[in-house]
Amino acid sequence: MFFNEEFETLPREALEALQLKRLKSMVARVEKSVPFYKEALAKAGVASDSIKSLADLQRLPFTYKQDMRDSYPYNLFAVPMEDIVRIHASSGTTGKPTVVGYTKKDIETWSELMARSFVAAGVHKGDIIHNSYGYGLFTGGLGAHYGAERLGASVIPMSGGNTKKQIMIMQDFGSTVLTCTPSYSLFMAEAAKEEGIDFRDLKLRVGIFGAEPWSEEMRRDIETKLNLSAVDIYGLSEIMGPGVAIECCEAKKGLHVWEDHFIPEIINPETCEVLPEGQMGELVITTITKEGIPLIRYRTRDITSITYEPCACGRTHARIARMSGRSDDMLIIRGVNVFPSQIEAILMGVEGVEPHYVLIVERKDNLDTLEVQVEVGENIFSDEIKHLQALSAKIEKQIKEMLGVTCRVRLVEPKSITRSEGKAKRVIDNRNKA
Amino acid sequence: MHVEQISIFIENKFGRLAEVTRILGDAGVNIRTLSLADTSDFGILRLIVNDTEKARGVLKERGFTVSKTEVVAVEIPDRPGGLADILQVLDADGINVEYMYAFVERCGENAVMIFRFDETQKAITTLTGKNFNILPGERLYSM
Repeated sequence: MFFNEEFETLPREALEALQLKRLKSMVARVEKSVPFYKEALAKAGVASDSIKSLADLQRLPFTYKQDMRDSYPYNLFAVPMEDIVRIHASSGTTGKPTVVGYTKKDIETWSELMARSFVAAGVHKGDIIHNSYGYGLFTGGLGAHYGAERLGASVIPMSGGNTKKQIMIMQDFGSTVLTCTPSYSLFMAEAAKEEGIDFRDLKLRVGIFGAEPWSEEMRRDIETKLNLSAVDIYGLSEIMGPGVAIECCEAKKGLHVWEDHFIPEIINPETCEVLPEGQMGELVITTITKEGIPLIRYRTRDITSITYEPCACGRTHARIARMSGRSDDMLIIRGVNVFPSQIEAILMGVEGVEPHYVLIVERKDNLDTLEVQVEVGENIFSDEIKHLQALSAKIEKQIKEMLGVTCRVRLVEPKSITRSEGKAKRVIDNRNKA
Repeated sequence: MHVEQISIFIENKFGRLAEVTRILGDAGVNIRTLSLADTSDFGILRLIVNDTEKARGVLKERGFTVSKTEVVAVEIPDRPGGLADILQVLDADGINVEYMYAFVERCGENAVMIFRFDETQKAITTLTGKNFNILPGERLYSM
């Protein structure tokens, strides 16, 4: 089943011809309308009219998240504000948020790609889509919402939280499709169980889960506990939002990137060289149809590999593997982006606390847990337990308030955190270890 | 009138307590008494030793977080109600006991309790006013 069969099954040659045409036109546009790109292209010595083949993509400069921050809020926009109909932004947890703007056509494209993604996941018109992605500046909620409407399915705009109500609505409204983070789906199933409701008795048939890393084991767990077919969806607000890539329900072996709108590359994050098919590296995406904020070779920092092998579903679009990590040290904890540097800033703000800490992330009962280990030096040591406990509670509270993440602070002995000679290892992520 | 106590931060990890006592033993420091307060993550070992400065030095050298606190040693009649009496006196004056533990050796007919008060000086005044005998540090270190 396809939403747009013609484009989803375009033969490779035609797809690449389309990509080249769109790439040229996009680069010509940003060269003219975005001073940042005009400068970057000139510096790289690439004029838009010198792009003759897709291989020329490798000559184009990269765009980094920092470039978006430096352009806050609108300096990367390629159209006048009067043509922008929607603005989204990342959480901005490391400072200013990254702001993205959409033209009417961008919203239409996004809706179509989300609709394609829904169909690829096994959803069809007539389905009742229970959308528990957050609505607001975050792209998840509205992205899935518009896609569901474009498909012609019924969408319940739940947003996140209020789990009891979510369960009641799912039961009473007969939701057949669930969209949320994978961990939240299991959390809901557990919460329902406590109320004496078995998710397997609900009408859910398909689950579309994304916005955080998850494993094959977790998929099996979800599929068993929720009695549905679970697929992985990928997206990021800088590029569009959810629906940049999705697994098809037929194969569930890698996520199809909608290549008529995005050109994916895998690079070695250290050397920046483009890696061949099958090799793990950082995903880099060039948007070739976006109007509001087109991006050239955006460094996603997500680590994956790519394959152009034909897929059982018939789609010709390349597939990327499940994300296996990040090339920077960003952590995604229950859907929230957390950089160790943010935790560090909070710790440094607490009087007497020394800059030796480590973040330990685990997945317990299907939920991410964050433990922050902080060394106790003489400056903060007290011979009274209550003072030390108040200190950890204070740090926990500040992290919760500033980053929106619940954590547990554990006080440890000085020098117990391994010192490294190079880059300090600040994160121990045990989530993907079986 | 004060007694010096050292406190050591110890993670709840296998062998840590043994290590602390071994370091002190090797340095020839004699532990007069101790108490261990713990939580699931860490413990605070409080010690009264015969040579506070030496103990502090060797432990710090080995990377431990150590602090020095002034506590008060009080003789308490070794009979039913002995401890209750002293606590009542403190309570009547609004003095808070942060923690307390027993000294291992008796002093004549009396037991010795180590107290950490929120207001040390006020506690000493109150107790001496009620004829409780407060032991100076030197007595304990060499007891």
